[in-house]
Amino acid sequence: MSAAAALAWQGLRGACLALPVLAAAVLAGAMIGETSLAPDLVLSVLANKLAGAGLPVDPVDQGIIWSYRLPRALVAAACGAALAVAGVVLQALLRNALADPYILGISAGASTGAVAVTIAGLGGGALSLSFGAFNGALLAFGFVAILARAAGAGGSRAAAAQIVLAGIAGSQLFNALTAFIIAKSANADQARGIMFWLMGNLSGVRWPDVWLAVPLALAGWMICRFHARALDAFTFGSDSAASLGIPVRRVQVVLIFATALTTAVMVSIVGSIGFVGLVIPHAARFLVGPGHRRLMPAAALTGAVFLVAADIVSRIIIPGQVLPIGVVTALIGAPSFAVILVRGQKAAR
Amino acid sequence: MKIEARNLSFAVRGKTLLQDVSLAVQPGETLALVGPNGSGKSTLMRLLSGLAKPSRGEVLLAGKPLASLTRREIAQRIAIVEQQAETAERITARSVVELGRTPWLSALKPWNGQDTQLVDKALRTVEMEGFASREWATLSGGERQRLHIARALAQRPGLLLLDEPTNHLDIHHQLSILNCIRNLKVTTVVALHDLNQALTCDKVAVLSRGRLVACGAPSQALAPETVSEIFGIQARWVRDAEGADPFLSFQLA
Ligand SMILES: Nc1ncnc2c1ncn2[C@@H]1O[C@H](COP(=O)(O)OP(=O)(O)O)[C@@H](O)[C@H]1O
Ligand SMILES: [Mg+2]
Repeated sequence: MSAAAALAWQGLRGACLALPVLAAAVLAGAMIGETSLAPDLVLSVLANKLAGAGLPVDPVDQGIIWSYRLPRALVAAACGAALAVAGVVLQALLRNALADPYILGISAGASTGAVAVTIAGLGGGALSLSFGAFNGALLAFGFVAILARAAGAGGSRAAAAQIVLAGIAGSQLFNALTAFIIAKSANADQARGIMFWLMGNLSGVRWPDVWLAVPLALAGWMICRFHARALDAFTFGSDSAASLGIPVRRVQVVLIFATALTTAVMVSIVGSIGFVGLVIPHAARFLVGPGHRRLMPAAALTGAVFLVAADIVSRIIIPGQVLPIGVVTALIGAPSFAVILVRGQKAAR
Repeated sequence: MKIEARNLSFAVRGKTLLQDVSLAVQPGETLALVGPNGSGKSTLMRLLSGLAKPSRGEVLLAGKPLASLTRREIAQRIAIVEQQAETAERITARSVVELGRTPWLSALKPWNGQDTQLVDKALRTVEMEGFASREWATLSGGERQRLHIARALAQRPGLLLLDEPTNHLDIHHQLSILNCIRNLKVTTVVALHDLNQALTCDKVAVLSRGRLVACGAPSQALAPETVSEIFGIQARWVRDAEGADPFLSFQLA
């Protein structure tokens, strides 16, 4: 009983540290934009909407905050956290520092699905881009999983390498399909639209997306967090994990499916935002070390705040125009990654 | 904890790596496993630890088939130190040893003071307590090896499997690790290359090309004729001037 209490206490303490930071980020997301709005205005809107306070607020401002900026910031946070945690999990499981949530072919598959629906006209206009992207992502992941299995990933020492190779093959195949569809039937405008979506686009995000992204990010988080100790046991490889009592096969299947599914949904909502799932895990490792019980919360929080911030930047950096968020994440991510790499090297000496 | 191998055979892709190996180690005994490179020592270790499933035969742990235990139940009974285990993670020496507590922890049984004590004790046993906060990448081969051994000790196993644990170790640490292993009440199977070190164990098993060619009291299993034949050398007993136990001396045949 006291053990369960200790666990609950631990969770509570973590939430107490993380929630204010997250709330501040989301608040900033709601305040900053083409028209800057005061924090008390945001709080009044929240009071009106959540508690029916009936405070006097300009309906236009209220609309901007409630219908556009808040869902956007919340989805950005959920997506950032989910991608970062997926990156942590896959890097540990595949023992590959370059693994990111898209290594399983998900982003390539999503783009194929998206162009199949929007450009090749699959479904005759009845299907949405997100629907196509989600199914494309699952299809590509299925292809990668089957290929990895057929290549003899079953329990052998090379399993992790097989999955990575199968992922590369799958991504290449689906990227080629995407290029094929675009070359065959797209006009320049359509191609541009698709490019834009692929680099990440939060402008279409509304409340229904929040109700999908946030619970999914939380569920994915809980599954991964529950396996933190198991992931630690993979430090010296899957044989070593097995000898420490980890049911290696089951953990691999559960975690790979959980991360693939969350990533597929996130990609179908916001496009494939690069760099978060690769860089944030390394940044978090740099901050709190490689132990997964601290690394996972750190990565989730950093990822959430990072993506909310990147979304703000993407909205204000070019006046009157929105930059794809993937451009921002890469522009900030790549140099920070370089700094971490160099400083990490120095620290190791 | 008693371990027994019954008619173990193991093949991958049609190639037989082990054939019909049977042996038993009594509770508390230390068995040395010797044999030329590629004779199947590591393969046998993996079968005994349940990391690989035999193609034929079975392993009994304290009378129970190993196949009937879950991974976690096995890990609470058997610890193995494999020949190569490396990582690129920037993990500290102490956290490597802490991994040994994994099979005993769960969501409802988190880390507690006793786990910390066991880790401290394991670090002291391998004389690595001064290295606890060092990063893995900064340690020498021998220091890493000793940490793997400490990790296995922290697991509190009833059976300890060590695959060439004295590789990379200087002579002081070779002797101190072997001494420590022999003094443990834990049943131990240890693969060794130094035949004179094998002589100091309770029992010796000799493998050659996947078959068990001798198993029993050290001086009988390591009879110079056997050793000469399977290693392709000439071995003979030698006694030093002070009249200690005889040891083996070798030269090329
Ligand atoms: N996965 C494998 N596939 C094919 N041959 C293997 C495999 N693993 C080991 N071997 C071979 O099995 C033999 C025994 O290997 P091993 O048990 O590692 O020997 P030892 O530990 O005694 O040096 C060697 O000839 C080795 O090349
Ligand atoms: Mg070997």
